[in-house]
Amino acid sequence: MRFTKKDILDIHSLDPAEITLILDTAMGMKEISQRPVKKVPTLRGKTIVLFFQEPSTRTKLSFEIAAKRLSADSVAIAKSGSSMAKGETLMDTVKNLEAMKPDVIVMRHASSGAAYLVANRVNCSVINAGDGIHAHPSQALLDLMSVREKKGCIKGLKLAMIGDIAHSRVARSDIIGFSKMGAHVSVCAPLTMIPAGIEALGCTVAPSMEACVTDADVIMTLRIQKERMTDVLFPSEREYAGRFGLNTQRVALAHKDVTIMHPGPMNRGVEISSGVADGKYSMILDQVTNGVALRMALYYLVAGGSRHADTD
Amino acid sequence: MRTLIKGARVLDPGKVDGYKSILINGQTIEAILDPADFVPENENDLNVIDAAGLVLVPGLMDIHVHLREPGHEYKETIATGAAAAARGGFTAVCAMPNTRPVNDNSQVTAFILGKANAAKGARVYPVGAVTQGSAGTQLSEIQDMQQAGIKAVSDDGRPVENAQIMRRALEYCRGLSIPVFVHAEDLSLVNGGAMNEGPPATAQGIPGIPNAAEAVMVARDILLSRLTGGHVHFCHISCEESIDLIRKAKHQGIRVTCETAPHYFTLTDADVKGYDTCFKMNPPLRSEKDRQAVIQGLADGTIDVIASDHAPHSKEEKDLEFDRAAFGIVGLETSLPLSLKLVQNNHLTLENLILKMAKNPAKILGINNDITPGNPADLSLIDLKEQGVIDPARFVSKSRNTPFTGMKVQGRAAATMVDGIFVFGWWHD
Repeated sequence: MRFTKKDILDIHSLDPAEITLILDTAMGMKEISQRPVKKVPTLRGKTIVLFFQEPSTRTKLSFEIAAKRLSADSVAIAKSGSSMAKGETLMDTVKNLEAMKPDVIVMRHASSGAAYLVANRVNCSVINAGDGIHAHPSQALLDLMSVREKKGCIKGLKLAMIGDIAHSRVARSDIIGFSKMGAHVSVCAPLTMIPAGIEALGCTVAPSMEACVTDADVIMTLRIQKERMTDVLFPSEREYAGRFGLNTQRVALAHKDVTIMHPGPMNRGVEISSGVADGKYSMILDQVTNGVALRMALYYLVAGGSRHADTD
Repeated sequence: MRTLIKGARVLDPGKVDGYKSILINGQTIEAILDPADFVPENENDLNVIDAAGLVLVPGLMDIHVHLREPGHEYKETIATGAAAAARGGFTAVCAMPNTRPVNDNSQVTAFILGKANAAKGARVYPVGAVTQGSAGTQLSEIQDMQQAGIKAVSDDGRPVENAQIMRRALEYCRGLSIPVFVHAEDLSLVNGGAMNEGPPATAQGIPGIPNAAEAVMVARDILLSRLTGGHVHFCHISCEESIDLIRKAKHQGIRVTCETAPHYFTLTDADVKGYDTCFKMNPPLRSEKDRQAVIQGLADGTIDVIASDHAPHSKEEKDLEFDRAAFGIVGLETSLPLSLKLVQNNHLTLENLILKMAKNPAKILGINNDITPGNPADLSLIDLKEQGVIDPARFVSKSRNTPFTGMKVQGRAAATMVDGIFVFGWWHD
């Protein structure tokens, strides 16, 4: 199968066969990171721009390491210090970037849809590294990769997701991705965090935390965004932790081989207890490891792989 | 100089409906004649217009437009806006005061009227600000502006957030017999939203604006109208909850009127796709249920007026991330053809549509626009048959921000007469 997409903008636009191809490719990439010399020449001569307009540590680093392991030249620009801070519009900034002939632009932006706006106007590939509260496809793909690696397949699994679904791009992409690959997704949170029509993305809303996690094969907790306290989504971290914090008692309700995930960064003692985060079911650091391989696969597929086979 | 418009079906709801000739002398209507009546057409100074196949109606009025001058002339000027109005079939528009400076004093009002008189397009009725700078804290000199020519007051673009200020504005304006145009929006419920709250917003990750953000304010101002007896006119009503409240208020005899815009009965939030900012306006496109409620509200008389909320913006203000782009779409040159779809789909009779686009707007402003001898010759000629496609490249407005590009329409403005002079005619196209 050839991968024909120019851009990776969201999970919605990928079909199950494409997702499987991405995950298979990523599994092949994983081995490279385990070598003493962690570098292959696959994307030598390719230029990758990391265009991050929101704070990011792991995602940006993960994309950067992935580029280096494939021998691509990566350059990072941030909002502060860029011409955006001087009032240039997104489109002008990106058209200028494009004029320097990068092969891939990886972009994170606070506005939902920003990656679409860019992808429609540039000829190079665009990988969405998070746009507003809309999508975070590489995170969902690495989550799928991690679960598939652990459980063998996605189909038929029960995924419980707890946290601020309304303001989470990770939640939207994971709900769409896991349901598309055949998992049953159940979400739970205070109703202030459940947006209208979320079921249409492919999930059910559980009546309680206990109902959500019971018999779950995978439990994913989302970060409580402290900066959203002004939105009056919940009264206090104390009350949230009491009702929706993932602790060992609640994990005990799940399937005996349950896998615990968190996209990071964690608020220990709020949405997840340290006992669970560091416990034997936790796959949180495996997610980070797989993130590098998954992003190598995305680069390879859009910039170096079969999409360009005719011109190689 | 006299003008004779002959051959048209003359429709002035409740007054005239039939094939008549209209004789215009200077700025005024001189006579309404039967086709058989003799008019010496060989007179040198008689301009004869053959309007066979067209409908002649009282001048259409769009009581909610943004002409952007003074201050934002790069979006629209009074001249281009008045020309766009004329081309859209409107003989008069109400210009909202959210210019820079705000129209909150008689000098700005006089400036606008001076520009409008020079423009030779549609008539412009300025709307004054309720509060100074539309900041919501102190009443503007409303009586002074009324003497200078305003026909209504509004802080449109913003709500009057403080209920006590709103109460006082309604009492004060009742004494002046002018309506308060209300931009009904609870800003705390909007909370940074950029489209209708609902499944399409959830799927696209765009922050939502609930119907209640509008309806909560509608409820408050109905109660304040009831308290004060002041005339509240609700602008751009978009959702079922507001319409239910207004319907009930009217049954109770409270002095409220309201308008909706063509986009609210033509499109829904399901049409907001691909982060196209031409579909971004405030209030936002609502659900199909709301669209049906708007049509029902028009049909049963709850909604008095169709007004476009013509909101020109430059390409630079629209070609942005969805949440950062300006709210608003242009409407003057699409309002009539879109509204005619209501007639074509049997939701409204043509007579009813003319009530909502000509007669009711005039009534709200306290203007008599009957087609009758002695009245100013402000008339619109409509071609109900011509098929076309909406093409922003042909707009005479300075701005092109419309979601209706490429939409098929039937019917359009054929000619527009203000004070006995054609400010637009099909022969110009």
